Amino acid sequence: MSEWAKLLGGLDWSPLWISLKTGIVATVISFFLGLYAARKVISAGPRAKALADGLFTLPMVLPPTVAGFFLLLIFSLRRPFGAYLYESFHIKVVQTWLGCILAATVIAFPLMYRNARAAFEQVDANLVYAARTLGMSETAIFWRVVIPSAGPGVASGTILTFARALGEYGATSMLAGNIPGKTGTISQKIAMVIQDGDYAAAGFWVAVVLVIAFVLIVLMNLILAKGMKHIRSW
Amino acid sequence: MGLEVAIKKKLGSFGLDVRFETEKGIFAILGASGCGKSMTLKCIAGIETPDEGRIVLNGRVLFDSDKKINLAPQKRRVGYMFQDYALFPNMTVEQNIMAGMGKRPDREKVRRYLERFRLTGLERQRPGQLSGGQKQRVAMARMIAAEPDVLLLDEPFSALDSYLKWELEQEMHDILAEIDKPVLFVSHNRDEVYRLCTTVGCLNGGKMEVIEEVKEFFRNPQTKAAALLSGCKNISAAKILDETHVEATDWGVVLTVPCVPEHTAFVGIRAHFFKPCPREEAERENVFAVSHPQVTEDPFEWNVSFLACEEGSRIQWKIPKTEGEEVSVPDFLRIDGRQVLLLSDGETAELVRV
Repeated sequence: MSEWAKLLGGLDWSPLWISLKTGIVATVISFFLGLYAARKVISAGPRAKALADGLFTLPMVLPPTVAGFFLLLIFSLRRPFGAYLYESFHIKVVQTWLGCILAATVIAFPLMYRNARAAFEQVDANLVYAARTLGMSETAIFWRVVIPSAGPGVASGTILTFARALGEYGATSMLAGNIPGKTGTISQKIAMVIQDGDYAAAGFWVAVVLVIAFVLIVLMNLILAKGMKHIRSW
Repeated sequence: MGLEVAIKKKLGSFGLDVRFETEKGIFAILGASGCGKSMTLKCIAGIETPDEGRIVLNGRVLFDSDKKINLAPQKRRVGYMFQDYALFPNMTVEQNIMAGMGKRPDREKVRRYLERFRLTGLERQRPGQLSGGQKQRVAMARMIAAEPDVLLLDEPFSALDSYLKWELEQEMHDILAEIDKPVLFVSHNRDEVYRLCTTVGCLNGGKMEVIEEVKEFFRNPQTKAAALLSGCKNISAAKILDETHVEATDWGVVLTVPCVPEHTAFVGIRAHFFKPCPREEAERENVFAVSHPQVTEDPFEWNVSFLACEEGSRIQWKIPKTEGEEVSVPDFLRIDGRQVLLLSDGETAELVRV
């Protein structure tokens, strides 16, 4: 009991905040990029479709360390683009929170994109046609007809994206590193304390992750159930 | 003014080649399924793009392949009612109607549409909670609220139970009469077309074969496809013998008619038009000897199919039921020569302009 008290008393909560912040920002970015990419890919020709789909899905099937390698290759200060970013705009990706976001976004984006695409493809084409003949703008059609019809798929894609971004480890550790209070996410914290043999601390953080993930999914399910009233279940 | 359509579109082995004009009134496009009816409407609405041709609505060019004009569906002012109504499931009845009324719909107008289409009280309902007839009214209201210049109705009654249709047809008839805009009405149901429409275009295999006033179309169809669509049950290939005689080769019968047009390739006889004929008159013209009769029963009529010669194809005769009476099949049936339909094969048919 006293051990737990000691653990909680001197606890640095920064991994939780860093993970949540990273997860939220990466999810917001992936959400819009994923919807946009999905919309573009659906209306593309068959060849462009196959190519773009492959490119967008790649980060999901590759080991995160491979993605991390490529990200380093691009953004390292010793590389032309990374150096250019730093010199011209003072933007530094490696070993910063920006690196956390970038790594999490790259890894989680395919989940958003693929779920959004699958959901869009399920939307009844006649709804879109009807909206066009009624004079609705393409933007209005997208937000008021396509998105609501694709709601469940888009929402589940968003949950998965957030969950994935929250737990990202491989690419993050390579690109952003594990700087406590800056880039130290929960996943990296767990790996670190395990290496020190501190199973109590690891267990605590594991419990935190479990609770967040569970609460999140239940919450989303509730929102979905409310928003899906017009869709008949089978 | 009105709608002028002349378009071609190739879809694999199927070719759509449609040409017609309509000024006002309800123009029916009648055809079997897969003949290109819906595709024609989709081309007019801008959902599909024809390979070549021209679509002009009230003097506005919607599509012109030569001048590379192809207006977006949003700019065409073409109302389209889908077979399944395509109501937005996430929106309420009211929101559905407002969807085509611009950014700030006039609430008073919305209220009037709700009232006129008998939707008051259903404003907050979603399409999933509505009956078939209510859905149809919402779809009509939504289309009309967008103030289109022409209305395209794609099989508007096919999703409804038949006992509902009668009332809804009447309602639609009144609304369309009131709106006074050109209407294209796609259907494969001849009864609907007969009751609602003023002009019929008969679409067969992607080609507009006949365009005629609706009563005339049913009274005297010009082509084989038109005769079938108008409900003629008996059609046989024909061989012209002379100016007043034609042989129905599928039935093995020679028919005497007032005048045989030279493009006659088929003859048709409506199943109701046969009359029993006494034996002593069997030697007269246009008499069929009935052999191998088969009788089937419908709720309100008897169907008798028979052969006029061995190895011929079957001919149908329909007689209304009279109470408590079994049908007795006579040995001979006669047809009035003036009631024989003389049909072309469609390739040589002249388009009758109305």
